Amino acid sequence: MTPLSSCLLLSSLLFSVGFAGVLMRRNAILILIGIELMLNAANLNFIAFWRYGSAPEALTGVMFVIFSIGVAAAEAAVGLALIISIYRHRKTTQIDRMNSMRG
Amino acid sequence: MLFTIFAALTVAGAVAAISLRNLVHSVLSLILAFAGLAAVYLLLGAQFIGFAQILVYVGAVAILIVFTILLTRNDGTFGHSSQASWNLGALIVIAVFGTLAWAIHSSTALHHAPPPQPEATMQQIGTALMVRFALPLEVIGLLLTAALIGAATIALHEKQERP
Repeated sequence: MTPLSSCLLLSSLLFSVGFAGVLMRRNAILILIGIELMLNAANLNFIAFWRYGSAPEALTGVMFVIFSIGVAAAEAAVGLALIISIYRHRKTTQIDRMNSMRG
Repeated sequence: MLFTIFAALTVAGAVAAISLRNLVHSVLSLILAFAGLAAVYLLLGAQFIGFAQILVYVGAVAILIVFTILLTRNDGTFGHSSQASWNLGALIVIAVFGTLAWAIHSSTALHHAPPPQPEATMQQIGTALMVRFALPLEVIGLLLTAALIGAATIALHEKQERP
């Protein structure tokens, strides 16, 4: 197994674990944790392809990961603020109890 | 060898973060997963990304999640979804992972000899950020400011209008 494919395998494992968290848990905070894990898997892919790909001196993969970390931090802040706000109104963080817009 | 150890640490932390019942324990395992990933970045030669990972994820995001857990005291019911939707979710996840692993295994583009360790010094990263990626840097600064104001506004106490 080449180093690149072991990196990609680790990243797809991480993505699958995060995806499982999003699909199988019903707590909004745990779903956010799953999303963070999936974003980290994508970042690992960028770094792996920067390290083992062609033209690493352009630093494109590193730059993309820097911006992606910034966007992920903004997303986490806004998402957690939304969870706090929803908890204040509905007294729960379980997403299947947030069903007041159900027809 | 080091890579295997850190990869196993990362995956173990991620699995524990998703499957543990106590939310505080799952955040602690999430910190373990993030730290393992930072070590993998360091092994791959991306020092700046490794330390940014520790600062942003282990430092900021994990603390943010802990504060959210403390502010939203749990109502005691740890809802796993129903058995049918759990099975469906497991099926989808296994299918996704199988497809990804098969694509990685059967790809012919991965069998080049690994190139020599590329250089990513702080000086190069700073020059690239200030010259070639100056506009995206400004945009990400604007986005972070907007997210800061938005998060503070959303989480702020609203005034009660009804008596």
